[in-house]
Amino acid sequence: MTLLKRVIPAALLGLCGPLAAADVSVSLEIPEMNVAEYHRPYIAIWVQNKDSKAVTNGAVWYQIDDDGEGEKWLKDMRLWWRRSGRSLEMPIDGVTGATRKPGAYEVDLTHVAEQLEPGEYQLYVEASREVGGRELLNVDFNWPVEKSQTLTAQGETELGKLTVSFNP
Amino acid sequence: MKFKKSLALMLALALPMAAEAHRYWVLPAATVLSGDDPWVTVDAAVSNDIFYFNHYPLKAHYLSVVQPDGSTGEMQNLSEGKHRTTFDINLTEQGTYKVLMDSSGLHASWETADGERKRWPGRGEKPEPGDFEKKVPQDAKNLKVGYSSTKLETFITAGNPTDTVLALSNKGLEMKSSVHPNDLFTGEPVTLTFFMDGEAIEGVKVVIIPEGMRYRDSQEEIALTTDEAGKVKVDWPQAGRYWLEAEYEDDKAEAPATTRSGKYIATLEVLPL
Repeated sequence: MTLLKRVIPAALLGLCGPLAAADVSVSLEIPEMNVAEYHRPYIAIWVQNKDSKAVTNGAVWYQIDDDGEGEKWLKDMRLWWRRSGRSLEMPIDGVTGATRKPGAYEVDLTHVAEQLEPGEYQLYVEASREVGGRELLNVDFNWPVEKSQTLTAQGETELGKLTVSFNP
Repeated sequence: MKFKKSLALMLALALPMAAEAHRYWVLPAATVLSGDDPWVTVDAAVSNDIFYFNHYPLKAHYLSVVQPDGSTGEMQNLSEGKHRTTFDINLTEQGTYKVLMDSSGLHASWETADGERKRWPGRGEKPEPGDFEKKVPQDAKNLKVGYSSTKLETFITAGNPTDTVLALSNKGLEMKSSVHPNDLFTGEPVTLTFFMDGEAIEGVKVVIIPEGMRYRDSQEEIALTTDEAGKVKVDWPQAGRYWLEAEYEDDKAEAPATTRSGKYIATLEVLPL
């Protein structure tokens, strides 16, 4: 088994080069809240290179409205805002989207994986909810991966379980 | 008086009918003052982030200043900005002052013959006396009529605290503290009693949120419900200013209303001992 796993990716790499369909996907949970006044959380998913500090945005979910009023609360995802958000012009094609209701979501980060140089990274998920709280989760990983792997983190307030899957 | 009443009605409309219940608050720069002629600056705003002005000013015409003797005081240097209303109070009398917002009124909802949901007063509508009879079809399908009241209080004391402005009006939802609201200290728990139309009442939902929300990850709200004597006990976790909001609803309403609901809001300052 081990031999097979090791051999096949190497062969694929040799054949297809570094732009083979290496991918990253995130599954995250937005928990149900038993509260009188509920607003859907703003959520940012991004990857940061540990050396260069360069940020690659995966997804930003916020209230997109005609008058731009929803952008007023982007800064409440305060780490994302500092690391990336404040230098961006919203919305961003392929990254920004509407807020989601409670539930489990799969987010494909192939567009992020395609931009990553080899190195050490952290993947962050930050959530902030009006009349609610703010929570930050992160996992460390090296890119590229040699074999498929899965990393998890557990949210306690604004986020549920976070699972990040990497495929070479 | 008539003018005041119509304002109250309009406010009743503006507050509970808002699509999202925003938080209303009044924040004095200080609540305990000394000297013969102190001044205090007061801010008033509508925003969910306590106490950060980022949404809408709480307009001055909703507010009044009550002096220690019960007479109406003056808002000086009044200014309404994009996100807050600001004014000064010159505390020329010794004792406890109050900044007050007090409103109440009827509201109704029903269905038309075509099944369309209707509401009165409509959004932004300023009800005139007699409008209820004129504009609400009394035989409409699923007609629901409620009477709601909102009261907001913030206390400020020059010198020795006094009790005149603490007296209950016996209308709507009100609060009485076991310790004078300008004499709150950490390490000294207080009992708060809530009254609906003058009667101590069980089941009032009380939420108390400490200031400084921007610098933490959660609301850190204290959620309490009054017991059969209308009481909750509060042990202040830290010094600082707190926003308190209490809500109550039941069906012991006076006709034509079938439900009565009350909201009470206060800003309380707790000093370190």
